[in-house]
Amino acid sequence: MTNRAGRETLLFAGLAVLIALVFAAQGAAFGTRMLVEASCLAIVALGLTIQWGYAGLFNVGTMGFIAIAAYTTVLVSFPVNGAFWTSNGPALLGKTALYLAVGGLFTYAMSQTHRLGLPKKFRTLLALIAGAATYIAVSGALGQAAAHIEGEAGFIGGFGLPVWIGWLGGGIVAGALGWLMGRITLGLRADYMAIATLGIAEIVKAYLKNADWLTRGTLTVSPLPWPVPTPADLGFVMSRAAYLSVTAVMIVVIFVLLQRAWAAPWGRMMRAIRDNELSAAAMGKDINRRRLEMFVLGNVIIGIGGGALITFSSIFDPSSFLPLNHTFLVWVMVILGGAGNNLGTIFGALFVYVIWTMSEPAALFLFDQIAYWGDRLFDWQAPADMTTRALQMRVFVIGLTITLVLRFAPRGLIAERPVKYE
Amino acid sequence: MTEVDLLTALPVREFVFFINKGIIAGLIIGSIYALGAVGVTLIFGILRFAHLAHGDMMTTGAFIALILTALLPGVGALVGLPTAFVLMPIAMALTALLAIVLDRWFYRPLRQANVRPVTIVMASVGVMLMMQGLIRLVFGTGTRPLYVGAKDIYRVPVGDGFIVVTEPQLLLFVFTALCIVALHFFLTRARLGKAMRAVSDNADLARVSGIPTEHVVRATWIIGGALAAAGGTLLALDVTLKPDLSFNILLPIFAAAIVGGIGQPYGAVAGGLVVGFTETLAVFNWAILLRPLAPFLPDWVELPTQLALVPTEYKIVIPFFILVAVLIWRPTGIFRGSVIK
Repeated sequence: MTNRAGRETLLFAGLAVLIALVFAAQGAAFGTRMLVEASCLAIVALGLTIQWGYAGLFNVGTMGFIAIAAYTTVLVSFPVNGAFWTSNGPALLGKTALYLAVGGLFTYAMSQTHRLGLPKKFRTLLALIAGAATYIAVSGALGQAAAHIEGEAGFIGGFGLPVWIGWLGGGIVAGALGWLMGRITLGLRADYMAIATLGIAEIVKAYLKNADWLTRGTLTVSPLPWPVPTPADLGFVMSRAAYLSVTAVMIVVIFVLLQRAWAAPWGRMMRAIRDNELSAAAMGKDINRRRLEMFVLGNVIIGIGGGALITFSSIFDPSSFLPLNHTFLVWVMVILGGAGNNLGTIFGALFVYVIWTMSEPAALFLFDQIAYWGDRLFDWQAPADMTTRALQMRVFVIGLTITLVLRFAPRGLIAERPVKYE
Repeated sequence: MTEVDLLTALPVREFVFFINKGIIAGLIIGSIYALGAVGVTLIFGILRFAHLAHGDMMTTGAFIALILTALLPGVGALVGLPTAFVLMPIAMALTALLAIVLDRWFYRPLRQANVRPVTIVMASVGVMLMMQGLIRLVFGTGTRPLYVGAKDIYRVPVGDGFIVVTEPQLLLFVFTALCIVALHFFLTRARLGKAMRAVSDNADLARVSGIPTEHVVRATWIIGGALAAAGGTLLALDVTLKPDLSFNILLPIFAAAIVGGIGQPYGAVAGGLVVGFTETLAVFNWAILLRPLAPFLPDWVELPTQLALVPTEYKIVIPFFILVAVLIWRPTGIFRGSVIK
């Protein structure tokens, strides 16, 4: 046990030294920004460790859940757009919602007609026709509403509520989307969930990018309100430090709650399901329901982290969500830190993010050197887009890290702690 | 109405437009998906994991073809076919070799360590990122043409319109058809092909009856890698080559493999065509087909100018929707493949 504690102390001490070096080299403003972003991603990583480490669920759509939560945060916390509320927009949107509700009810009713004795063939046909009619009516009405809103008001704006409600809302929406995904894929093997989550992430991004009436699309929304005084009031370092204290408190709260849950009978049940599905099922555990629970819980936390991340960046740009930064980086954090170990995940998040931020100047420096020496020694002309290419090196390194960790250190740097019951 | 009136009233022009923009376009993208999905379904069926790096394997194959074309630019002229197409077999062989090497380095150690299958899926994500990073590092993120010079275009006159097929498209159809026939004979006649089907059906039973699993695994990677390279090269010949290709194609090929039923190569071909056609027809502007009806309609009916089921920017929704629908209603796919547990 002491060995373990010593290892953890050593790792965190090393991390502290690393962070101190970054502060010394790049200044406090850069350092605090890095730490805030790392702490937001640590919350996301905690959500993912619930899904992957506790339950063995394979979510490669983190980007999509972060993006939808980020948008929800914007919708809830962005100041009210008066032009939208005085225009015809709300009425047109209400009409669309009405169409959707009526059409949905009608489709549902059609799908239940076999209770009246209709053959199943006709039931399916009727339900499909009703569904198609609803789709056409709703997309027509929505198109009208969207055109009107874009013309009159730009976009629908927000509700102007406090930011923390936005984060919570983001968590809830991400959880709801996760519930839907889970209902579809949890009965099947994890591979199917991987494909489905990969797809939903791209779809969420495509929608946020193209639905101008909702998100202003590529025009981006800024500046997003902060829960603490902004840099304009306090200066960069102080305001970022204030933000960091908020996210740090969030991490501590989530961490303590998760540790408690992990040690509780609930955590034991989850480990049992992960380690031996059959025997857990034989003990009367409803495996798919429990997994759904895990998936939704993990997504809620991912969503909260995503909300905090977008608020800090202060600009909502749908194109800025990248699978690499918002999915695979989080994955590296979780598996390198130690899936199933909350402390390990937090360590992994901070460590990987520090390395990640520093890798950009490092890669540029390295490739500058290569281009310089290549030119001097071999008369080699570096291509013009060397900078963008150099940054692609990081994609390779992320991939290599994933494969190496899986092969040589599958339990991560701080491995899952076996719980012993006397 | 006289005969002449009837002929002019027939919507030949619209029909030809539909064939060009709907049928041929669907067939092209469907064939590409089919070539990718066959590999995915074989790997999923025999090695029992979703190989997420398959899209990048297709892109890598196309880039290998690009390198070969740059090295030996004159080869095509000798045969009268595009250079990249003539050199494609070499690209296929190299990609197959790459697939085997990747398996040996990254997947086999994990298989032998007996990890959960989903860990191997994660490893394939790692491989995917590595390939993506390398491709972009070496070739940049820009677009490149793989077809050098002007494309030969064949026009089949129908009415006063033309059905248009370009040379790469024709090659694509012929090659895909040949591949599928060859695969069919391999899987039903050859010893190794039969062994592959046996392993796909029941791996344990196949092993105890003395089928050499390592050979089967190697054959799977060879077929998967070669077809992936062919699909990537042919797609790049028809449109252009860019590194983003892989991410866009990943979801459709998995949807195709699952629609067709995991472990069912014919199913994958059918699934590829289903996904390709659905995608094309969903973004097709159906208003054009309604236009000939305009003179016969009463005045108060106004025909819309845009009548696509899904706007083009949401094209990626379609394979996803198909995937979800299949997973909900028929997880075994059309051809009753296995649901891998």
